[in-house]
This record gives sequence, C-alpha cells and structure tokens, in this order.
Amino acid sequence: MSQNDVLVRVQGVDKVFRRGSEDISVLRDLTLEVPSGQFLALMGPSGSGKSTLLNLIGGLDQPTHGTVTIAGENIASKSSQQLAAWRARHVGFVFQLYNLLPTLTAERNVELPLLLTSLSRAERQKHVEAALGVVGLKHRTRHYTRQLSGGEQQRVGIARAIVTDPTILLCDEPTGDLDRKAGDEILTLLRALNSQGKTIIMVTHDPHASHAAGRTIYLNKGQISDTMPE
Amino acid sequence: MKFVYLIWSNLMRKKLRTALTLLSVIVAFLLFGFLAAIRQALVGGVEVAGADRLVVRDKVSIINLLPYTYKERMLRIPGVELVAHQTWFGGIYQDPKNFFMQNPVEPEDFMKMHPELKLPAEEMKAWLDTRTGAIVGRKTAERFHWKIGDKIPINTPIWRKPDGSQTWTFDIVGIYDASDKRTDTTPLFFRYDYFDETRPARSKGQVGWYSIRVKDPARAVEVAKAVDAEFENSPNETKTEPEGAFVQGFASALGNITLIVRSILGAVFFTLLLVTGNAMAQAVRERTGELGVLKAIGFTNGQILGMTLAESCLLTMLGGAVGLGLSWMIISQGDPTGGLLPLFVFPVPDLAVGGVIAVALGVVTGIVPAWQAMRLRVADALRRM
Repeated sequence: MSQNDVLVRVQGVDKVFRRGSEDISVLRDLTLEVPSGQFLALMGPSGSGKSTLLNLIGGLDQPTHGTVTIAGENIASKSSQQLAAWRARHVGFVFQLYNLLPTLTAERNVELPLLLTSLSRAERQKHVEAALGVVGLKHRTRHYTRQLSGGEQQRVGIARAIVTDPTILLCDEPTGDLDRKAGDEILTLLRALNSQGKTIIMVTHDPHASHAAGRTIYLNKGQISDTMPE
Repeated sequence: MKFVYLIWSNLMRKKLRTALTLLSVIVAFLLFGFLAAIRQALVGGVEVAGADRLVVRDKVSIINLLPYTYKERMLRIPGVELVAHQTWFGGIYQDPKNFFMQNPVEPEDFMKMHPELKLPAEEMKAWLDTRTGAIVGRKTAERFHWKIGDKIPINTPIWRKPDGSQTWTFDIVGIYDASDKRTDTTPLFFRYDYFDETRPARSKGQVGWYSIRVKDPARAVEVAKAVDAEFENSPNETKTEPEGAFVQGFASALGNITLIVRSILGAVFFTLLLVTGNAMAQAVRERTGELGVLKAIGFTNGQILGMTLAESCLLTMLGGAVGLGLSWMIISQGDPTGGLLPLFVFPVPDLAVGGVIAVALGVVTGIVPAWQAMRLRVADALRRM
C-alpha cells in the first residue's frame, strides 16, 4: 500500500479511561491503516474497543497516546472547535439507533449537517433531495421519524451522513437494531456507496454484516487480532 | 436564522410543558404591566411635576386653610413670578364611586401656572364670562358623556351653601386636554370667586394651598425658604416644597409604592426564574443524546450554547411579549377603579424595562443548562441516546 493511498492511519494508539481511581486501558499500542475507498468491518466482542476506535477515527475522542491521521491531517492535535469543523467537513456518522431528532421531519434531519455550511436554503434542499434519493426515500421527506420503520429511519440516518459528501463514513452497528431484511437493505446501500468510492468503516457484531465489507479486522482486548476471538 | 426551526422544534417537543411555562411567563409579565400602571397612577404625578413650581401649604396639615391675602405677599417675594391657588372641594357626582377631583381656582392664574393643560381660547373666554362655569378634563367628560352647555350638580359634604344645600351646580364651558398623557385629565375646575361668595362666611377668604412659579428653577430652594420665612410666627405658618415633593408626599401616605411594587415583582420573577430554569434544565437533560448527535455532526460547543440560550430566550421573550401586550391592551381600557387611579396608563419606559427583563430572564434561566450542554463530551452524550 503506498503512502498516498492511505486515508486513515492509526499509529501506536493507546486509549485509557479513568473510572474512579482505576485506569482502564481500552486500546493498546494499536496501529491500523485504511486505504481510500475501502469498506472495512471492525469486529470483536463487547468491550474490545471497536466503538472507541471508531470514535478516535471520527474525532469524537482523543487518544491517550499515539496519532490518528486522516487524509494526512493529524486530528489528535486539533482543538475541540477545530475537530467540530473537521467532522462537519470530512466525516459522516451512522449510528445503531439511528439517532435522528424526533422533532424533525426526515428532510430536516438530513439537512442538519448542511446548516453548518454556507449553502442557501434552495441549495440545501437540493442536496437533501439528492441524498434522500440515494437512499430511496424521496417519497418520505415530510415524515417524522415516528412515522418511519426502523429500516427507513436508518436510511434517513445514512442520507444525513452522506449529504455533505464526507471523506469517510463511520458506521457503528448500522444493522444492529434491524431485522435481517432491513439490515440487508442497509448493507446493500452501504456497498453501493462504497462502489462509488466512499471509504466506509463499520463496527459490527454480525458476521453476516461483515461479509458485505471488503476487509474485516478483529479487535480483542484493545489490540488487532488476526482471527475472530473466541 | 437557519437554526430557528431547530430551536422552535425543541420548544415544541413537550408542548404541554412549554405551554405551561409560557403561561407562567405571560402571567408574570401581565402582573408586571399592571403593577407598573398602578405605580404610575400613584406616583406618576411626581414625574410630570413642574421643576419651576413650588407648593405652599399649611405647616401643620394640608387640611388647614391659608389666607387668601398671602397671595399678594408671596408675589412681593423676590424670585416669585406667579402665584395660583386651589382648594379641596371634595364633591360627589351622583355616587361616591364616581370619584374625580373638583377644585375652585382663579382661571387666568391657574391656566398660566399649568401650561400643560390645553383649553381652546373661546372656551377660556366662556369660563371667564360665566361665574358658575367650570372646565373639565377630557377623561371625565368622556366618562360621564358631558358636553359643553351641560349643567352638572355636585354634592359636597364640606361646603354648604347659604341655603343649607350641599348641591352645587356648574355649567360646563370647556373641556381641556393635556400635552402629556401622564397628566391627569380627570379633575374639574371652577371659579374661585363663585365658590368664595357662596360658601359659609366662616371660611371665606381662605384657600387650600398655593402654587408658586419661580423665575429661576435653580433658585427654587432659596425662594421656598423666603416664603416660609415670610409667614413665620403667623397664625398660619407655611411649608413650601417643590411640586414633585408635594405629590410624592401624597403617594407616600400609602407607603413606599415603588418599594412595594418592586418587592412583589422581585418575588414573582424569582419564582419564574425557578420555574423556567427547571423546565429548561429538564428539556436539555432529556436530549443529551441528541446534543451528542449534533456535536458529532459538527456543531461547535459555541453553537450548542447559543442554541440552548436562544431557546430559553425565545420562551421568555415570547411570554414577555404576550404578557406585556395583553397588559397594554387591558390597561388601555382605562382606570379599572372608576376614578381612584386617574393616571392608570402603561408607562412607555416600563415597556422597555419589561423587554430587558424578558431577555435577561431567558439568559439567566438558560445559562446553566446551556453551559452543561456545551460541556458535554460527544462520546458520553451519544451513549445516552
């Protein structure tokens, strides 16, 4: 893999959480490279550090030691203000429980990241319609989240994640709360996005979901393992 | 502006809670408006009192009359430009509830002393030509549907006529307005010569109190001292004070109105602070996870702080606007006591104060929850979704 192809480089990362007087080491000297355009599945048992790693790559948290470099930028050295701006520009998040705002319609939820841009209202609307079109929900734009099925809500979540055309899509158990059929639809959608060049990192427990990804790595006790831990 | 719908949608999340909080803000500002109007009615005269006018009354009590002859002596005191007088008539029109002041005055001096009262020239002439003539303020004329030419009978328990009757009949010859809406336009003024000729002999040649206009307001204190010195050791010693202090003295008889009003409002707004603050804190706590999502998407800490503060400010400003608007509308209907509060108007400066309080309330009630929202760690907040 050439230096230029690497989009995500996690180098010698430790992450320690403090719980009372106890230090809990969640990631230990972890190194990982993800090339641009890859669909990577992160698997591992609960507490193995998958979500923590995803949070570090997404700039939601800072490593205790080591560096996280995305597209050549060391995000571990950024302030919270800089990180917020960086996330708005480069990262799309898809959550297990969709995390939509229940007081907003589907289109307003999708529009949220665009509020941080200088786009006009008409331009924002155009982007929202395009994103909802990609996930096949153009006909549900004015519906509130409570009027949508779980699969539809997750698709709105994906539309929100891709509406700004981010550099990387981070998905935390995107099918974890869905039945098999709806889950498969989401995986098909993610694969389609990946085939268009989008880099995706997906945390999952589900081996079936990991098959959708082009590469799977396993985490065990904060370190990368070659095989799925028992 | 593009965040407004987001802020509004948060307020609409729990409609009942928002409605109840809004209602408490509305009621508080309604009360604020009413108390401001009551305070204005009771002490507002102080604000419109002439800076160049002194009031001279009996040193012991205002119910003691002063000799009419004092007028000439006062006019001889250096610095005195004009002297006018009034006497409490204490009349009742049909029913004691129909309260308004009626005082005998000398028309020319009185009108010169009070240029804030506007009376057409032909009505002034009619007043001077009619011994039983009286002028009445617009408010009272409209209240009782009086017009020029009407004969108005007024009963007074204080001043009997020679025939023993207590009913005095006046001819309405003029209706005056005021140049300032804070000036009371409820009193009726009639001629002192008619009053003095008709009242019992034992009280003739006496007046209730004098008003003095000084040539130089900067020398008002000096003139007041000179007036009191003039009548020292006489049977009717005087107390001379600026008109504002005189009016304040009347209001003070009811207690420290401003302090009472401020104390009530302080208690109301403190309670409101707790109610609104609690509602806001609860609203932010409930959506910790959503705040985490917004931060993950890229909203900065400052934007989260601003939106949460804007939410509480929107709530208090909306409630404040409705409350102040309602109180304005109700107060515009006029004195609810039927004459006891003739200056019952919403003071414009208090409207601005109300606006400032609404914004301040929003900031104070929102600042703690907004600060907490701003300080949330994204990863922690997302776990609470």
